Amino acid sequence: MLLNIKNLHVAIDGKEILKGLNLGVNKGELHAIMGPNGTGKSTLAAAITGREGYEITQGEILYDGEVINEMAPDERANKGIFLSFQYPVEIPGVSMTNFMRTAINAQREFNGQPPIPAGEFLKKMEEKKKLVDIHSKLTNRSVNEGFSGGEKKKNEIFQMAMLEPKLAILDETDSGLDIDALKVVAKGVNELRSEDNAFIVITHYQRLLEYIVPDFVHVIYDGQIVKSGGKGLALELEEKGYDWITEKIEA
Amino acid sequence: MSEDKNNNILEKVTTEDYKYGFYSDIEMDTAPKGLNEDIVRFISAKKNEPEWLLEFRLKAFRYWQKMEEPDWALINYPPIDYQDIIYYAAPKKKKELESLDEVDPELLDTFNKLGISLDEQKMLAGVAVDAVIDSVSVKTTFQDTLAKHDIIFCSFSEAVQNHPELVKKYLASVVPITDNYFAALNSAVFSDGSFCYIPKGVRCPIELSTYFRINAANTGQFERTLLVGDVGSYVSYLEGCTAPMRDENQLHAAVVEIVALEDAEVKYSTVQNWYPGNKEGKGGVYNFVTKRGLCKGNNSKISWTQVETGSAITWKYPSCVLQGDNSKGEFYSVAVTNNHQQADTGSKMIHQGKNTKSTIISKGISAGKSNNSYRGLVRVARGAENARNFSQCDSLLLGDKCGAHTFPYIKSANETAIIEHEATTSKISEDQLFYCQQRGIDTEKAIGLIVNGYAKEVLNKLPMEFAVEAQKLLAITLEGSVG
Amino acid sequence: MQKTETAYMPLESSLINVFDQHQKELFDASHPKVSHSRAEAIEFLKEKGLPTRKNEKWKNSPFPKQYEKDYLIDIPSATYDKNVNEIFHCEVHGFEAHTYSLLNGWYYSPEEKQLETLENGVVVGSMRKAQSKYPELFAKYYGTMANHQQDGFAAANTALFRDGIFIYVPDDVEVENTMQLIKMINREEPLMVHSRNLIILGKNSKLTFMHCDDSVNHYSSFINTLTEVYINENAYFDLYKLQNINDNTSLLNNTFFQQERNSRLRVNVLSLNGGKIRNELHVDLMGEYAEADLNGVYLMDKQQHIDNQVFVNHAKPNCYSNELFKGVLDEEASGIFNGYIFVARDAQKTNAFQRNNNILMTPKAVIDTMPFLEIYADDVKCSHGATIGQLDNEAMFYLMQRGISKADSRLLLMYAFLAEVTTKVSIDALRNNYEDMIKRRLRGELSICERCVLHCSTPDKPVEFEIDMSKI
Repeated sequence: MLLNIKNLHVAIDGKEILKGLNLGVNKGELHAIMGPNGTGKSTLAAAITGREGYEITQGEILYDGEVINEMAPDERANKGIFLSFQYPVEIPGVSMTNFMRTAINAQREFNGQPPIPAGEFLKKMEEKKKLVDIHSKLTNRSVNEGFSGGEKKKNEIFQMAMLEPKLAILDETDSGLDIDALKVVAKGVNELRSEDNAFIVITHYQRLLEYIVPDFVHVIYDGQIVKSGGKGLALELEEKGYDWITEKIEA
Repeated sequence: MSEDKNNNILEKVTTEDYKYGFYSDIEMDTAPKGLNEDIVRFISAKKNEPEWLLEFRLKAFRYWQKMEEPDWALINYPPIDYQDIIYYAAPKKKKELESLDEVDPELLDTFNKLGISLDEQKMLAGVAVDAVIDSVSVKTTFQDTLAKHDIIFCSFSEAVQNHPELVKKYLASVVPITDNYFAALNSAVFSDGSFCYIPKGVRCPIELSTYFRINAANTGQFERTLLVGDVGSYVSYLEGCTAPMRDENQLHAAVVEIVALEDAEVKYSTVQNWYPGNKEGKGGVYNFVTKRGLCKGNNSKISWTQVETGSAITWKYPSCVLQGDNSKGEFYSVAVTNNHQQADTGSKMIHQGKNTKSTIISKGISAGKSNNSYRGLVRVARGAENARNFSQCDSLLLGDKCGAHTFPYIKSANETAIIEHEATTSKISEDQLFYCQQRGIDTEKAIGLIVNGYAKEVLNKLPMEFAVEAQKLLAITLEGSVG
Repeated sequence: MQKTETAYMPLESSLINVFDQHQKELFDASHPKVSHSRAEAIEFLKEKGLPTRKNEKWKNSPFPKQYEKDYLIDIPSATYDKNVNEIFHCEVHGFEAHTYSLLNGWYYSPEEKQLETLENGVVVGSMRKAQSKYPELFAKYYGTMANHQQDGFAAANTALFRDGIFIYVPDDVEVENTMQLIKMINREEPLMVHSRNLIILGKNSKLTFMHCDDSVNHYSSFINTLTEVYINENAYFDLYKLQNINDNTSLLNNTFFQQERNSRLRVNVLSLNGGKIRNELHVDLMGEYAEADLNGVYLMDKQQHIDNQVFVNHAKPNCYSNELFKGVLDEEASGIFNGYIFVARDAQKTNAFQRNNNILMTPKAVIDTMPFLEIYADDVKCSHGATIGQLDNEAMFYLMQRGISKADSRLLLMYAFLAEVTTKVSIDALRNNYEDMIKRRLRGELSICERCVLHCSTPDKPVEFEIDMSKI
């Protein structure tokens, strides 16, 4: 199993958000995590990637057979965990090219490889840009600065393509996207799917799952996965809303 | 990531070693410690100076004796004992040097260690270097190329001997001996420095560079630089500095004067990396420098770019007096302080001519227990119709034990002037750091990346060779600092 | 270094002499704490004198020039023989205010009203009376906010003050009506007055206070006022300073605030006219989550001078401060703005902002602006900005192209420039009065008022531009 989350409890400022969550993800699978706002979807992404301030109070996250509860975020990234941010961060003055080269070389150094030759790097940039329809020259643009909402999300998928992760988590990648941008993002994701990697797609709406078809759908409510099923579950949720699940639980 | 880890990284930053702290064993010719009229005469005599220059020095010395050391800057240091300093120290010369082969091998080695090759064959293409060690110019490269364009670029002492009329005309024409305490001291005891004159209509084809090095112990360094851009000329000038690691503090009080005549443009870039002291704040250079440019002619332009990473104390305000109509002044600065360093630095833009423009971009970065202040003055005189100034002074704090301060003074006496000043103070955001980490970039590299991005606007103004050096310097000085 | 007697400027000598002559009287009428600080303060004054231009904070100030003049320093209080309205009439329409007054530095009221306790428990009255009637309360706060050794003026005030206003708002009391203090000088000889005020706000209390400095004639005077304000937890103090004094008067208004946890302070300073005005606001944010919102507008002309010194000390984390000062300097007027934000080492999560915008109208107007930041904590959001400029030519042309006269266009744009600050006045009636006054001032109609400036606007004679502002 690539990712195995067992009885995960996560607290922010002492307040428990995840309350015993279990999730297993195998290579080649795509899992969708759905649920109402404020139930812990983004907290799960933050806990897997090791964001500061998200305290694991109980349980463990196993990645590739290793407990990563205390691992630094950059080490997790270099081991192949990638997060597409819900709100990509702007870093003024740091060009996309420089940023990506630094990231790729960090990964290569981690794997005992020499830095990427300039020519190879530029070729790879051009290739991956096409994947998500980025036409602008990224050399002169600072990371996410002055990017539109859609461009920022495309840029996340572009970086995913560059870094070739084993486990990619897409946190509300569909929020703020128009239908055309959504299709571009979905196309990028679908092309990157393979037998060797896995995806966790976090979303509030079923819309994205029309284009990125999940193998499994899970519903988070109050810090736990309360229902799991196949892709049909997403449609059911779209039709009935979340209330029928939450009511059942609270009853 | 835990607090502890962050603290460890900070700890590591504060223990980062100074790379240029070695000391070279070069035979020196020194004056006795202390300062009095005899020492001033001694220096002048050593340099075989004409009577007028001795008089100039004595006048400055007498004036200095009546002055008080300024105390308005946000810096703290124990009183300087001006009688406990050696005011003249020069590498001993056996005879006039004919070629590089005759330079003391220790000295050549020193410059090689600094990455400055005085051997023209091995040099970075297109940079002429004047090397100044303990206030005495030891070697100026590329003389032939420069001579072809009638450019004068030599040590100050040589200029006094060979071009007295030019020196006499422009010396102290921008920074009078009465200007301030340290300028007066420098005027009395300066030992050497660089002199540069670009004739009418000449665009200097290569970058000119002076490399300053303090070597000897207990020695003050008082160099004097004078740059004159005649009508329609252009020059880009670079200055670099290092010093050995010593437990005692060393005083550096330099004066740089620039004169730009009509349509002339002078770019002056500095990468200042004097020894900053150890992590307990022991030792380090006291850097009290007066740098000023006079845009004397119409349409002239003077641009200062500085990357300040060294010195225990920095007190320095490169300025422009915009006298000519349509003249322009620029100041771009990145100042980094770490450990116990203290910097009080900024710029003065004095608008006197019509349609004069000035720009100030200052990026301060504080780490460790350091204090970093921007202090600047923008003054628009009554007659400076349509003067424009834009200033932006940003501060970045790394850690919660340092300070970042901004003291702009803005004065306008002309109703057609437009002056804008903006400043922000912030820290590296956790979000930016996490974003980089999530892409596999470790905290240290991420900080280097973000800080370089933050300072990019200024680094872009440096000539290529310097920009690379400066970027590395920033990353080294701040590797991994985060609060 | 002790100043030698011959080195004193005439004003300094007068201050010291008056103290020496009236020492017994001053001490007899004072609470021991006041007497003690008087003694300390006079020593400071004797040693350091009044601040000179060598002092960084007084570098370009024209105040030191006044030291050559001789002022009558101390006069006995006037017996209450006239209703204050007969000297000075003030009413604000649509706006209930309780009015209190100081005449020539003395609390001016009938004897029985020198110190009142209102129904809600609020105590208001003369500083002189308050120190004997409520010695414990008085001593707990007096002198704790102000540093009487800050400079010679603070020292002179501490040593020589006779009276002033004292206000105490108990815990949980929200004072409904605005309290208004009118300070008047009515003497033919040049008079210098030192008035001292102490305002204490209990926990969860609220007070709106209007502090008006007015001249009732054209004679020269020098007003040295020092006010201390203590704002306890969760209390809200809303302060309006209105300054409309004659061209021969120098006004020094030194106000010290101490704010506790969750407290709020809002200050609006409106300087309309005056020979020389210096406002010092010192705000100490001593409790977390305290907020200070400091605003000022100044409109100076002739050879008038305005100086706003604003010091905000973020001593505790999670506090907020904002400074916005805007001004127009016409003719030969001069101005100084010095904002100073200090963020202490542990004052994390501080938000501190500062802005000063100036318009110079003529070649002879001058402005110095110094927006300073001194920051020792890293997790902060601080910014400052300053501009000096003139009216936007494009906007001028746009208005004139629509047929508005050049003069009116100028007025409109100046008004629009200042409106950013006046819109922060939350009491509608007061904001309207503010705006009216600014309009009148801009039109040159508001030279020194014979009476309270607020009276200038009456419903039967509304002040309006010929053009409708809302259509621009």
